[in-house]
Amino acid sequence: MNKLRIIYNGLVTENPTFVLLLGMCPTLGTTGSAMTGMSMGLATMGVLICSNAAISAIKSVVPDRVRIPAYIVVIATFVTLLQMFMQAYLPSLNESLGIFIPLIVVNCILLGRAEAYASKHSIVDSLLDGVGIGLGFTVALTLLGTIRELLGGGTIFSLRVFPETYGSLVFVLAPGAFIALGFLIAFINYIRKRSC
Amino acid sequence: MKKLPSTLFNMVMSLGVITVVAAALLAWANAVTSGPVAEAERQKQIDAIKAVLPTFTNDPLASKWEFVPAGGSEPFSVFPAYDGDSFCGAAVEGYSLNGFSGRVSVMYGFDSDGNVTGYEVLQHAETPGLGAKMQEWFRMDAGHRSVLGRNPGTDAMYVAKDGGAIDGITAATISSRAFLETLRSCYSAFEAYKSDCLKNDADE
Repeated sequence: MNKLRIIYNGLVTENPTFVLLLGMCPTLGTTGSAMTGMSMGLATMGVLICSNAAISAIKSVVPDRVRIPAYIVVIATFVTLLQMFMQAYLPSLNESLGIFIPLIVVNCILLGRAEAYASKHSIVDSLLDGVGIGLGFTVALTLLGTIRELLGGGTIFSLRVFPETYGSLVFVLAPGAFIALGFLIAFINYIRKRSC
Repeated sequence: MKKLPSTLFNMVMSLGVITVVAAALLAWANAVTSGPVAEAERQKQIDAIKAVLPTFTNDPLASKWEFVPAGGSEPFSVFPAYDGDSFCGAAVEGYSLNGFSGRVSVMYGFDSDGNVTGYEVLQHAETPGLGAKMQEWFRMDAGHRSVLGRNPGTDAMYVAKDGGAIDGITAATISSRAFLETLRSCYSAFEAYKSDCLKNDADE
């Protein structure tokens, strides 16, 4: 039960995008369509799970004063691994996410969870925290990507809902990301307020 | 377990071990993926060549010829295609640095007379919904959009706004200019290849 609580915490109570407002750069940059948003979320989740587990495993042998560089090296290693394997086996996906894959290194969600959670909890708990936060991030990015793709081009996951001419281009561009994210956060906070 | 105290020795040791392990992991991954990465790149080029050129029987990648454009730093690649023994055109991979968001790389196909047979946008960072439409726009059979079948040697490959013969993408003139600039320089690379490497069989 307690373990499920950790995942729920990452997905809802401490959702990285809607509640903690962390990792805004990929959130705004890769949600032009539902597909790229979801892929980015999953890629980040993969790295987060690995880095959380690894950091939790080495937490007792890393002296406090060098913990940040140590964590960054761990995170950067996993990100580079991910990028290499994506280049080799999923070249088209790697292309559509472009620069945002290497930029996972500086995503504050990863270092944030390493510092706030993985460095204080057991390996299993940290792993579950990675799953929870990663799912929260993926759901948020997919949601935002779906909204922007629908309002911008009239499609969801490239399936046509209404003709492209009725779409508003601004939602595919950067300003639309801010507008959609703002309304989404307001809406989610409204629901959270009402439910408790 | 108690945390290690932050003495110099402990700090150097732990960071040292972590970086060595990380480096070993990356070296292993690099060794595992370098083959597939090169293969994926190669496959992408072959697919692009197949998409822009009509039938050919040789391996254009094997006879790759490079051409450095005036003022450019990186070479353009010319992949000549032969049907049997006769030269039937070439795919030219070129780029322009004047896109709305930097570099635009395109592969163009030319038949032996220099008519455009096709193109594939290989890499760009243009605005989605605007400049990114270039992959479809310049083959649409509407107005003067299409570059297919045109000959850059005789047609003015500029957007209509600059006095040319092509309708640029609506609201993405800069991207359209970059696209057509790439086409013009690829054509000059193609011409250079023809005059350099084919002059021996000039009687054809």
